[in-house]
Amino acid sequence: MNSAETVIRARGLTKRFGDFTAVDSLDLDVRRAEVFGFLGPNGSGKSTTIRMLCGLLSPSAGEIEVLGCRIPQDAEALKRRIGYMTQKFSLYDDLSVGENLDFLAAVHGLPRREARQRIDELLALYRLDDRRRQLAGTLSGGQKQRLALAGAVLHKPDLLFLDEPTSAVDPQSRRDFWDSLFELADAGTTLLVSTHYMDEAERCTRLGILDEGRLAADGSPEELLAQLPGTSLLVECEQPRQAQRALQGGEGILALAQIGASLRVLVEEGQSAEDIRTRLHEAGIDAEVGETAPNLEDVFVTATRRQPADREET
Amino acid sequence: MMNLRRLGSIVLKELRQLRRDRLTFAMIVGIPTMQLILFGYAINLDVRGLEAAVLDQANTARSRELVAEIGATQVLDLRYRLSTPQEVDNLLRAGKISAALMLPNDFETRLERGDRPALQIVVDGSDQVVQASARQLASFPLPGRAANDVPGIEVLNLYNPQRLAPVNTVPGLIGVILTMTMVLFTAMALVRERERGNLEMLIATPVSPWELTLGKVLPFVGIGLVQVTVVLLLGKLLFAVPLRGSLAALYSAALVFICASLALGVFISTLARSQFQAMQMAFFTFLPQILLSGFMFPFAGMPKVAQWLAEILPLTHFLRLVRGIMLRGAGLAELWPALASLALFTVVMLGIAVTRVSKRLD
Ligand SMILES: Nc1ncnc2c1ncn2[C@@H]1O[C@H](COP(=O)(O)OP(=O)(O)OP(=O)(O)O)[C@@H](O)[C@H]1O
Ligand SMILES: [Mg+2]
Repeated sequence: MNSAETVIRARGLTKRFGDFTAVDSLDLDVRRAEVFGFLGPNGSGKSTTIRMLCGLLSPSAGEIEVLGCRIPQDAEALKRRIGYMTQKFSLYDDLSVGENLDFLAAVHGLPRREARQRIDELLALYRLDDRRRQLAGTLSGGQKQRLALAGAVLHKPDLLFLDEPTSAVDPQSRRDFWDSLFELADAGTTLLVSTHYMDEAERCTRLGILDEGRLAADGSPEELLAQLPGTSLLVECEQPRQAQRALQGGEGILALAQIGASLRVLVEEGQSAEDIRTRLHEAGIDAEVGETAPNLEDVFVTATRRQPADREET
Repeated sequence: MMNLRRLGSIVLKELRQLRRDRLTFAMIVGIPTMQLILFGYAINLDVRGLEAAVLDQANTARSRELVAEIGATQVLDLRYRLSTPQEVDNLLRAGKISAALMLPNDFETRLERGDRPALQIVVDGSDQVVQASARQLASFPLPGRAANDVPGIEVLNLYNPQRLAPVNTVPGLIGVILTMTMVLFTAMALVRERERGNLEMLIATPVSPWELTLGKVLPFVGIGLVQVTVVLLLGKLLFAVPLRGSLAALYSAALVFICASLALGVFISTLARSQFQAMQMAFFTFLPQILLSGFMFPFAGMPKVAQWLAEILPLTHFLRLVRGIMLRGAGLAELWPALASLALFTVVMLGIAVTRVSKRLD
């Protein structure tokens, strides 16, 4: 296998629910051992896309090839080789941690001895060994997520789909969680992870930003930052809220976000720090305006921007 | 298509979940016990003080004496003295009384000649309890009558000429209890996975629809047999219900019927979108089964269309089997058409259900 091997290939992937199009002619390529980050606002079609790639939903149109299996025809063969961690916790609340993993091991057809070893190993790795007898329903949010990950990687899948795996996890645990994802990637597993966290997005090897079912941007974080059409500015003043109101909806303003006592402003190409300072001065606000390094949040809001005036971020 | 280890793991998982589900667990033994006791005692209940009327058209010393004696048993509360049959009819229909004691003009002659019943007890047959107690009165000794003569008292059942005997009811009750619990439990089983979101995880694994369906159903086969045992034991202990046929035949019949009910339950499970819907659909199948199977009303008395419909229902066939085996001492060989019908129902239902267990979310 060479490292540039394509693991997921989708062309014109479309899903319609009635006359609503949830995923709209999506083209997607994910290569082996990549950590592919899936970004997009709520309802942009991330979960729907993942479900189609796993063979759980049949596409309304388009072609999918995952790990060499054509979906939906070869979906059953594919299911032996993928792991899927659902957005909502989907292991059994009324089974214990150990029982859940035993069940999954049997369902995946792991030989008994191997299953026992693997479960011990995973419980230790994900720090659940002291919770073995606890009912899964009584675990904390983060523990549940670690259990779900353990369940998804139990059979050592070649490809792992993770749908917002860290939505209920504290920052330190999120870092630990991502460290374990990288260990999997280092071992050759390909990962497709949907997330709403920019710090997580930064750690992905590639990102796809979905917007209303369309792929709005696609590339490594560095590429996306470099391609950012605008400039990021930092406005420092006494009254950041007034400054925000003054700039809101103004010409050439792509996004505004107050960060602590300062205001981050993303402006279109051609606008400079000086222009913004003048504009604020005209509104009666004295401010220091300087350029700052763009971040992925800027990339995200640019890609998914519809009506900048409505998108007030605080 | 079928991997035994995988099937076993689903069965084990179901059993573990069942053990922690106190309500279902309680229902497994609770429903049969409660139903049997309710039905059984309602039938055997030794009722006292039934509101009744007397129409004494003879009005002789002996007739008055007999009325007083029957009154003294306290089974009937003789609160109305009437003078025309029309009045008796009116009170019965209005539900003011549930029985009437009728002594004809020629009471004395009938008593002496002994060829016809000397008096009549007219009973509101729409009420099982009333019937049963009126039957006790039928054996009331009349003056100057030998025991083996024509019965001195004739019981006339209005509204329900064909009586349901308690012995007839308990075997049928096994069928009714199994229908209710088996269909309901399995109907909920698959929907629950969907409703709780477990299905999305499960169908992303290599598990096959057959494994999933059978794995969910098999534990209930065992549970159904436990219920049969509970009803049989209680029926024997509390109501001395006989078992004239072989126990093996009875359990075999029950096993096939359990499978048929489970298949129906799985089928419902594939139609319903929520546990609540599954429950509604399950109840929707109970009604025709209980009404048309011959449990409530005699099969022979039903219109042709209802009889055809009843032939589709598993409970109809099971009632033939269980009554045949328990009350008439029949063997499975004689009852094969009913057994074959149940098997056919199971295969067809399960087949349809499994093709409907899709490993897709849409
Ligand atoms: N079964 C369905 N029937 C009808 N509409 C659906 C169905 N599943 C999803 N949708 C719609 O498709 C759109 C995309 O949903 P999806 O769950 O893929 O979004 P998402 O990107 O995962 O959002 P989130 O970040 O909130 O998880 C939504 O508007 C949703 O309402
Ligand atoms: Mg989602």
